Amino acid sequence: MYFYLKNLSPTQQIGALFVLVFGLLLAASITAFSFTIREFADETEAENRRAQLRSINGIIRTSWFMVVVFWLGWMMGNRVALTLFALVSFFALREFLTLSPTRRGDHRSLVLAFFVVLPVQYWLVAAEHFDMFAVFIPVFVFLALPVVSALANDPQHFLERNAKLQWGIMVCIYGMSHVPALLMLHFPGYDHRNAFMVFFLVMVVQVCMVTQHLMGRWLQRKPVAPAISTSFNWPSWWIGISVASVFGAALAGITPWVPGTAFAFSFIACLAGSLGHFVMKALKRDRGIPSWGKEGRAVTGAGGLLDRVDALCFAAPVFFHSARWYFDL
Amino acid sequence: MLAKLMGYFLLGLVRLLTGSQARWYGCPPKAEQRIYFANHQSHADLVMIWAALPEELRHVTRAIAARDYWTKTPFRHWLTSAVFNVIYVSRERTADEDPLEPLIEALGRGDSIILFPEGTRGHQGLPQAFKAGLYNLAAKFPQAVLVPAWINNVQHVLPKGEVVPVPVLCSVTFGAPLHLEPGEDRRAFLDRARNAVIALRDV
Repeated sequence: MYFYLKNLSPTQQIGALFVLVFGLLLAASITAFSFTIREFADETEAENRRAQLRSINGIIRTSWFMVVVFWLGWMMGNRVALTLFALVSFFALREFLTLSPTRRGDHRSLVLAFFVVLPVQYWLVAAEHFDMFAVFIPVFVFLALPVVSALANDPQHFLERNAKLQWGIMVCIYGMSHVPALLMLHFPGYDHRNAFMVFFLVMVVQVCMVTQHLMGRWLQRKPVAPAISTSFNWPSWWIGISVASVFGAALAGITPWVPGTAFAFSFIACLAGSLGHFVMKALKRDRGIPSWGKEGRAVTGAGGLLDRVDALCFAAPVFFHSARWYFDL
Repeated sequence: MLAKLMGYFLLGLVRLLTGSQARWYGCPPKAEQRIYFANHQSHADLVMIWAALPEELRHVTRAIAARDYWTKTPFRHWLTSAVFNVIYVSRERTADEDPLEPLIEALGRGDSIILFPEGTRGHQGLPQAFKAGLYNLAAKFPQAVLVPAWINNVQHVLPKGEVVPVPVLCSVTFGAPLHLEPGEDRRAFLDRARNAVIALRDV
């Protein structure tokens, strides 16, 4: 089996991988659906189960969404993948800024963020200007946007407003753009398989989040910061990261690394991803909302898109730059 | 044809920029004669409600636009008449003309209308006091269903004086229909209507 897979061309390997993943997702969806049919004698018990199922269904939907995005990206080539990720950035930023309202004076900065910074950042990725792409937002944009806001002559909450905008850009544009940027790196001896790297990152982070979530429910430990998250606790966090890193090591075959290195990279990605997700939760609590999609109701039509990708937005830049540094690219 | 394409283009644009979500709380979208009344904060309000309505209602629901502003250039005129099919009203009051005349005519023909009873765009979070037009129309057309609506967030999309819109999620919340009680005082009714609109802000 292993050698059969090893001898396939990269394209066939990626195809086989997607077949496997779609199969797994389908199985998960069917299992979740079959649970919804079950009846309960006790009404409160049933309500509990239904709430659990809803959150699990949310995770399954996330996974479907991401896998379909990657599949499309892989089918259509790098440019299309980049465009897809740019759209995800756009919708995520729209969500972020809707729920962190800005003032009139920020209008021009917002226009710049959506219609200049976002396209330029993705163009830099497409053109493989990696050095510029890494500093464009934190150096140039973060100095330019406050100037535009200041010119609007409104000092009220100036620091706060800029912080909101810059956080939105950092997470939704900068972080997100590092995921498709993985497609553009030239790893030694790893041609035409970069889709695997994106897949690896997403799978590992997603496994970490799911494991952590399930462990949190099962262990029922005291939360670390109950005002921010009622489910985040250190034991389930550790288990989530360890499980995902072992999973990453098992996936070493699709990366340019040996299992040990793959383990280390998974560990770094999960650390950044899970803590990033936690930070985004703090931002949500500050706004008094349970999720970026208003109370679970789809305001975007995409329904809390940012909830689905926030861990990835934090994991991607750390993963990307670690990989670049490791290979000295 | 061109007007139709423009309509679809605007619809796509509005959806992209605002997500344009319609939230029907107090009543379902229904093909009956209605007077929608909402808070008014931006030029885009008209397009928001228009985009929030299902397609089959969009054709029979007409908004109100100021004649002097919206017929100033040929493009504006075409946009408002061919695409949106608005009802023009004049803002200057002349002695021999009732400003409600065009609205009465449209309602008499069975169209639904979209009304912004504040008369002008507000700057504060809360709508200004409602003008008498809503009361007069409600008294004249008792069969028309009065539906309050709250338009959320649109003022962030395109503040006064800016030209490039910014993508922010907006929604239109439609509430439970109102009725003019027999013998109800004008001011009391208008306040009740205003409160019905404000109440939708928090649902």
